[in-house]
Amino acid sequence: MGVKVSLGVSLGAVLAIVAVALVGGGVSSLQPVFGIFVPYAAFVIFLVGFIYRVVDWGRSPVPYRIPTTCGQQKTLPWIKHDKIECPSSTLGVIGRMILEVFAFRSLFRHTKAEMSSGNIVYGASKWIWLGALVFHYSFLVIAVRHLRLFLEPVPFLINGLDLVDGMFQVGAPTLYLTDLLLLGAVSYLLVRRLIVPKMRYISLANDYFPLLLILGIGISGVLMRFFIRVDIVSVKELTMGLVTLHPVMPEGIGAIFFVHVALVSTLFAYFPFSKLMHAGGVFLSPGRNLANTNRAKMHVNPWEYPVEIHPYEVYENEFREKMKNAGIPVERE
Amino acid sequence: MAKNPKYYESLNIDFKPPRGNWMDRPVNIKSGMYCYPARPNVLENVGMNDRSDWGKYWVIEDEDWELPDDWKERFLVKMRDMLDKYRTFKIYMDICVRCGACADKCHYFLGSGDPMNMPVMRAELLRSIYRGEFTKTGKMLGRLVGARKLTKKALRQLWYYMFQCSECRRCSTFCPYGIDTAEITIMGREIMNELGMNIAWIQESVSKCIHTGNHLGLQPQAYKECIDAMLYDIEDNVGITIEPTFNRKGAEILFVTPSGDVFADPGIFTLAGYLMLFEHLGLDYTWSTYASEGGDFGYFTANEMAKRMNGKIYAEAKRLGVKWILGGECGHMWRVLNQYMTTWHGPIDFLEEPVSPITGTKFENAKAHKMVHIMEFTADLIKNNKLKLDPSRNDHLKVTYHDSCNPARGMGLLEEPRYVIKNVCNHFYEMPENTIREQTYCCGSGSGLNASENMELRLRGGFPRQNALRYVRDKYGVNMLACICAIDRAALPTAAQYWNPDVGVTGITELVANALIMEGEGPRTHNIRGFEIATWEPEP
Repeated sequence: MGVKVSLGVSLGAVLAIVAVALVGGGVSSLQPVFGIFVPYAAFVIFLVGFIYRVVDWGRSPVPYRIPTTCGQQKTLPWIKHDKIECPSSTLGVIGRMILEVFAFRSLFRHTKAEMSSGNIVYGASKWIWLGALVFHYSFLVIAVRHLRLFLEPVPFLINGLDLVDGMFQVGAPTLYLTDLLLLGAVSYLLVRRLIVPKMRYISLANDYFPLLLILGIGISGVLMRFFIRVDIVSVKELTMGLVTLHPVMPEGIGAIFFVHVALVSTLFAYFPFSKLMHAGGVFLSPGRNLANTNRAKMHVNPWEYPVEIHPYEVYENEFREKMKNAGIPVERE
Repeated sequence: MAKNPKYYESLNIDFKPPRGNWMDRPVNIKSGMYCYPARPNVLENVGMNDRSDWGKYWVIEDEDWELPDDWKERFLVKMRDMLDKYRTFKIYMDICVRCGACADKCHYFLGSGDPMNMPVMRAELLRSIYRGEFTKTGKMLGRLVGARKLTKKALRQLWYYMFQCSECRRCSTFCPYGIDTAEITIMGREIMNELGMNIAWIQESVSKCIHTGNHLGLQPQAYKECIDAMLYDIEDNVGITIEPTFNRKGAEILFVTPSGDVFADPGIFTLAGYLMLFEHLGLDYTWSTYASEGGDFGYFTANEMAKRMNGKIYAEAKRLGVKWILGGECGHMWRVLNQYMTTWHGPIDFLEEPVSPITGTKFENAKAHKMVHIMEFTADLIKNNKLKLDPSRNDHLKVTYHDSCNPARGMGLLEEPRYVIKNVCNHFYEMPENTIREQTYCCGSGSGLNASENMELRLRGGFPRQNALRYVRDKYGVNMLACICAIDRAALPTAAQYWNPDVGVTGITELVANALIMEGEGPRTHNIRGFEIATWEPEP
């Protein structure tokens, strides 16, 4: 099962969702299923699934304090302590986690090792860091922008964000910067998996599917905005109905909208069962979220149990004569 | 044993993996890349994992290993148990996105080009079994989602690659989620340990250590004799007579160091350094023949075994009634001490908060653990002007420093050793920044892989470090590689002999002792290795 199968099945799955939504969204009697039931179901699966997964992780304890230290420990007062990369306090850990979550600190270290006439050469390689950062932030901005569909009146901040994101106005409707960035970044992440041999080797359908799904979400969104317009007033009526738990299904929303919604719903429902859970896991990773204070403060393991330690008496009994002859003190002559 | 690559210039590694799915590829177990399995009687000897006669009749390279009938069940029960006990394991099985950041960070991958040595693949070996045996999606969708059942082939592959990881954690530094391959290898090894599948080099050391107190199996009188032998050398080369004490009750400090330094060149010179330094300070300390091992090969088998071995240190400190414990230069010893020991045995209320009797400095960072690292101790001495030093005695050396993986990434001990080196040597040069500090490379032989039958693995794994060393050798004329790890001192000379034949290896305390001006010393014409000190000039 090589890349062809993994990629093919992933693409097939995304296209199937598109097809079903296109067909179903076009039938007005089915529209409530795609416009109301599917989003609700997906959201519930996401919420319950996400919480279940995090709680399940939480059920396994952290027996040992094993952070990877990436800087100078806190030691003698005149040695400069790296409070972030080798934290010794909760504040330091929070700092480390903020850098990790918001700036992808560890990924920023990335270098590329290559062989050049018998030597390993390390090249700076920030593309994956940049690609990942652009991807996540544009996704975030787009998600926040979408809140305008779920809030009435639309908060000032969201309008402001909208204004900034759309400042490179190219004709009407407004072209959003983040739309371009997201599509660009997702394409980069996908192409990278396909053309870099190491990436192709390690990639699974689990990796291709979410990328294609998000690509589909982006494309359907852009299509809806520029090419196959939908009635935004009806859409807002629907989304407000969803969020106020009084769902209504207005007439005349184009089928492309249901494609978009179906893909987003799939992403939500798929989330808890997938690697996308890294969004929750990164906060819980003991490699990063613990202070390096083992020697200053005892860390307690809930399942620690006593073990048999070869007793000194047994040792001395075994070697007593030899110890005495060598002048090593013994407990019993 | 496999032939090693013929000449270092010939190492031309292609990092490009083959096409196709890795699950379809045969497990190619190559001699020279693995260690011999532990003999059953050794396993019985340590009272653990004696339920299997795996390895009794087999040949590693054979496809059909003789395994106990219930091997699958044992494996999976243990795996479930570990998943429930360690949040690390569970999360690291779930959240990897295969971004590839770790792929070219492993010294074994860089030295071998074997795609299964990319840390992500090492984890996928276990992760695929996790998906196939423990997750619903994996059970339903199988290989499509990277899931597979536990088969003999999967087991062989797992065994082969779990013993091609030295638990150095370099990859974990680069992982955006801090996924720690060492943790995964530790779990993998402990699970396979349930089937008795460990290696002789590790299990025999464990077995010896349980009974004699040290990995080498030195009985008390032999341990003392080894140290006595160094005393003669010190007398010859330094003109000082030292009479250290053993198992002495009422000493202020218990000193514990890896036994490798008692026995093997060049570690014995580090040991000589300890003896001279403590003598010079008039330190009220004792050696112990019972707790004569700082290292912990049990850590490379199972958590319980690690704890059993490590427990002797506190037990001995308690029996002797010392105030605190000083620890020597060692790598995984300090990972265990720093990240596990207090949790295993704490709270440690029978010892006192460590205070340097020479400078009065309180080691507050060790107030619960009660153990101080020799580099912390020495750096504090130098800072407080308690040592008279003549660094020109090390002028024939151009020194670089190899951060040992565990003190760097499992502790954050980065500046202390550098401070000490800079005060005892005039010529110090750093290797390239991608190869030191938190990005340091393993020597290639860590985590119990420093056997002889896996020499090709060791030399290949040692290549990234040696390549960086060659860079400073060519650029600055570096001729001495300093380190603070006993496995380094055992393994780096072998690798250096191959990749950088004119570079020596030393512990830092050896450098300290050579520069140390001791009261009553004779003319220091020779260093503690017995070589003439070039800069020595007779007093006018």
